[in-house]
Amino acid sequence: MLPFILLVCAYLVGSNARLAANPGDKLLPSPATLASTLHRYAFEEDERSGDILFWTDTRASLERILTALGISAALGLALGLTMGVIPYARATLTSFVAAVSLIPPLALLPILFIVAGLGELAKVLLIIIGVAPVMVRDLALRVAELPAEQIIKAQTLGASSWQLIIRVVLPQLWPRLIDALRLSLGSAWLFLIASEAIASTEGLGYRIFLVRRYLAMDVIIPYVAWITLLAFAMDTLLRVIRARAFPWADAGRR
Amino acid sequence: MTQVTVKRLWKEYETQVVLENVNLHVADHEFVTIVGASGCGKTTFLRMLLGVESPTRGELLIDGRPLPREPGPDRGIVFQRYSLFPHLTVMENLLLGLEFRGSPLLGRLRGKRRRQAIGRAEHLLDVIGLKASRSKHPAQLSGGMQQRLSIAQSVICEPKILLLDEPFGALDPGVTSDMHELILELWNMNKMTIFMVTHDLKESFHLGTRLLVFDKVRLDSQAQDRYGATITYDIPLKGRRAPERAATASDSAPAGAATLV
Repeated sequence: MLPFILLVCAYLVGSNARLAANPGDKLLPSPATLASTLHRYAFEEDERSGDILFWTDTRASLERILTALGISAALGLALGLTMGVIPYARATLTSFVAAVSLIPPLALLPILFIVAGLGELAKVLLIIIGVAPVMVRDLALRVAELPAEQIIKAQTLGASSWQLIIRVVLPQLWPRLIDALRLSLGSAWLFLIASEAIASTEGLGYRIFLVRRYLAMDVIIPYVAWITLLAFAMDTLLRVIRARAFPWADAGRR
Repeated sequence: MTQVTVKRLWKEYETQVVLENVNLHVADHEFVTIVGASGCGKTTFLRMLLGVESPTRGELLIDGRPLPREPGPDRGIVFQRYSLFPHLTVMENLLLGLEFRGSPLLGRLRGKRRRQAIGRAEHLLDVIGLKASRSKHPAQLSGGMQQRLSIAQSVICEPKILLLDEPFGALDPGVTSDMHELILELWNMNKMTIFMVTHDLKESFHLGTRLLVFDKVRLDSQAQDRYGATITYDIPLKGRRAPERAATASDSAPAGAATLV
């Protein structure tokens, strides 16, 4: 907690000093200005559109990132499982997925905007392209990590390949999937903000880059804090779900 | 009735000969213990019985039929470690084999059949002394408890043959003697044939009805890998003979036993 308090103190001192020298300073707005701007964005309707901007932006961004993460998780699980379990799929797909995961997703953004248009699809696709290949590779590796003894044991208990997948491999993959999701949160937000900054009409990233032109730090700072809080909340939620639903996953490591 | 016959079996990896000319006949309900220096191929032999390795030459027959080329429910296995499923509780681990058999599509039993399965599992839990730990996960159990569960997990499927690969090698000496009583009890309860690889000679004499020693009979000091190991001693242990064994052994005696003693 201490570093956070120190950071806030440093900001207050800097803000005070600048505002004392120039009451019109825009770079480090006072807490009062931050609060009144946030209040205006979060509780008052925008004069032009009639929307409450803060919540419209939040909803648009969350919809994009959650859709993309959901699809990535499904892809990661399906492909990772297939590659981990079926040797033929592993031989065919491993180097392909590895190559795809090395393409810088932002370099693909122009292609996405050209092919998929400037709508929601391109933004969601960008996040998926950035996040899913890494997840697929990670989960395929997790499957390969299962001890051979376990697989053989299941076979001697009479498991068919299908039963092996649904009763032995898949259940042990769920906590790994949550780990993979948590690790990909950072890059997912990065790609979301990037795509919103370039072509969008609402969204947290869009708003930040829009008001940048007016040096509106009183908007940017609360928005950045809010984005961080959202990402932190998602991470915490995933961690709690993992601990509650899969208590066995950490039981072995002491 | 389960008879295991091995005829002129060789196992080679490229230039390395691991096993050569292994001949063996094992009658029903034997407890075969296998000892030998490390690297002598005793585990390889067990893995061939399991079906994860295949012989280079020769035959491996169960009841006169060639052994299937992959692990199956007629041959149970207990490894030294890692043979439990960490995501399942003790009870679920025990039920798993019954669920695989009873529900091909979902691998899960429901309703009355599940209650029946639980009934069977509970009886076995009692035998292995894990009734109080039924809803724990394997990581919460001690090494000895894990191995008892792993043995019970195989036994509940009523395999014809149970393969044990140094199952007590990682346990404390005090725990081991309890395990010996348990395995003998289950062996008599289920009338199966057991093959057990061990590095503990005392254990092999105590448990087995028959002791096999694997060793090399030929040694080329210029090329150590050129000759493989085979069964050099095949010792019947009279103290703990299975009741039916006398009859079946005399039926099949000509085919049996190691030739290179």
